[in-house]
Amino acid sequence: MAQFNWRMPRWFHQMGSPKWFYNFGGLLQPWFTLAAFLLLTCGMVWGLAFAPADYQQGNSFRIMYVHVPAAILSQSVFLSMAIAGAIGLIWKMKIAFMVARSCIAIGATFTLIALVTGAIWGKPTWGAYWVWDARLTSTLVLLFLYAGVMALNQAISERQIAGKATAILAIVGTINIPIIKYSVEWWNTLHQSSSFSLTDKPTMPSEMYLPLLLTVLGSYFLFGLVVLTRTRAQILQTQNGASWLMQHKDISGAK
Amino acid sequence: MPFPSPAMKPLLCISDLACERDSRTLYQGLNINVEAGDLWHIKGRNGAGKTTFLRQLAGLHAVDEGEVQLLNNDTRMIYIGHKLGLKEQLTADENLTWLAGLDGLSTQKQRFMALEQVGLRGYEESVVAQLSAGQKRRVALARLHLCKADIWLLDEPFTSIDQQGIADEQEWLNKHTLAGGAVLMTSHQDITLAQVQVLDMGDYARQTCQYLANENGNIT
Amino acid sequence: MGFMLAIIRRDLLLVARQPAEMINPLVFFVLVVALFPLGVSPEASLLSQTAAGVIWVAAMLATLLSLELLFKLDHDDGSLEQLLLAPYPSWCLVLAKVFVHWLVSGLPLILISPLIAMMLFLPSDAVPTLMLSLLLGTPTLSLLGAIGAALVTGVRGGGMLLTLLILPLYVPVIIFGASSVAAAALGMPVDGYMALLGAMFVFALMITPWAAGAALKL
Repeated sequence: MAQFNWRMPRWFHQMGSPKWFYNFGGLLQPWFTLAAFLLLTCGMVWGLAFAPADYQQGNSFRIMYVHVPAAILSQSVFLSMAIAGAIGLIWKMKIAFMVARSCIAIGATFTLIALVTGAIWGKPTWGAYWVWDARLTSTLVLLFLYAGVMALNQAISERQIAGKATAILAIVGTINIPIIKYSVEWWNTLHQSSSFSLTDKPTMPSEMYLPLLLTVLGSYFLFGLVVLTRTRAQILQTQNGASWLMQHKDISGAK
Repeated sequence: MPFPSPAMKPLLCISDLACERDSRTLYQGLNINVEAGDLWHIKGRNGAGKTTFLRQLAGLHAVDEGEVQLLNNDTRMIYIGHKLGLKEQLTADENLTWLAGLDGLSTQKQRFMALEQVGLRGYEESVVAQLSAGQKRRVALARLHLCKADIWLLDEPFTSIDQQGIADEQEWLNKHTLAGGAVLMTSHQDITLAQVQVLDMGDYARQTCQYLANENGNIT
Repeated sequence: MGFMLAIIRRDLLLVARQPAEMINPLVFFVLVVALFPLGVSPEASLLSQTAAGVIWVAAMLATLLSLELLFKLDHDDGSLEQLLLAPYPSWCLVLAKVFVHWLVSGLPLILISPLIAMMLFLPSDAVPTLMLSLLLGTPTLSLLGAIGAALVTGVRGGGMLLTLLILPLYVPVIIFGASSVAAAALGMPVDGYMALLGAMFVFALMITPWAAGAALKL
């Protein structure tokens, strides 16, 4: 692996220290929990109970408040995993591999939710649970990519090697995702166009749009929370016996 | 100093090397300078990290902590591990051809000479699959005579070699070190040469026990 | 270059000693295609419609089958260590191995594809396109597959895992490869497809040496 000597700010290298990450993550965790809980609850209740029904799709459109955040997160998580993996490979940071590893299961879950809700939404809209539509198909391929990453991560018993191998696969997968998406879209363009993006103006009324924004934000916090929790758990596993951990209040206080 | 070393020129500098495997530290704080003429016998119980250490020196295992530095970029190393790197379907000569081809070219005469030196005269055209375990190792070791390398990294080179063969091998080690080369090797057998230096991996194992709980259950 | 030639020479010699390595994927390819009409229908109109997709899927599976051993045999006997220790960058090693793999498993598929096309009643106008698309596509399959093969090299039971890792990456190749043949069968122009297949080959040529080389060094 090529060795890079880019100067990075101090906080960046601090992040690589298990102790620092464990403590800082512990500080963030309650706030992420609170934010995820509030945003998701508000967004869901607003979207599912109070937002106006769609003039075409009726109430069935409300599954969007689950489907869209899951679909967005399924891709963001994969990208985050690849970025974490790249950081790990370039700066030899073990924490980054742990973060990448923490992303796998939550990302696959979001992808699965997006697929299942997409299929359920498809029944009233298209009259069938599964249509070989471009976005469903590329989400399915994304799920396969997650399955591959997960299988590879578990197949290699030595954690450090598994982390590096997973990082390489995640990077290759991420580079391929746009190509896969483009080819699948080209192959079949039946789906309605994207319902909202950060750059375009929303095409739906704000009473429908705002709750969606809340659930998307809430899902990001949920993702952050899961990654923090799982990474901290991995730190506990791998750092057992380290002196800073033995003196930590979480450990010594538990006795 | 038991033997006068030819030049005492340092070849390889190992500073503060550590190896961690699955959050278990195999060794740490390993500092040695390998000089021309050195013959290091690496000892240690099973699992002490002897093979990993050799692989780190060769560049086959990632060095996360510490440094392995070649002091001269022209220094060539040969690593012969547990797995010999021979293709069973190819003959001894063909195997040496591609192995030597990694460093440069070789002539058939050179290869046959090398095979003769390891006692395999007449086996040049034998398919490796038909050779015995000891003969296979000899084919791999023939590369030491074929390629001019300064540092030999040998992992258990005496395995499945007969008594006479071991004596021959020690003679090569002697010649190589006297000529200004260096050898780092693991072996469970003793090396009878005078210039041998022992590196005990046990000395670099992590000193503290991971859990030291007293009777009250407090971690000390 | 000398290093790469040494690897290519060695690997071709190994194939010559064990020609089954070359013949097995080919037989597999023909078998899969021959089984398809047995499972679906021997009707010429149906077969000619599906021929492009069937041939491409079969070619992909045949490539995958042979990829598992790309680095595994070298890893098991220790010669991979020696190849990595040579004073050359690991991408040379990857490219040389992939080239031999394509020569041994990809090229025979291309050569036999006209025969297969005939068995599936593919219109004869589409046969040159089929061969050209395979010529541009199979090296991409070998290249992308090498990443997976390098990642699973030290893993027990890597064959199944390799399939899981690599098949999603093959999606674009199979889409454009099969579509090009289907388009040719309908008498439509295929330059666009060929350009895309070529672009994917170049793309694979850029990422594979890095990714597979890094994976081998783990």
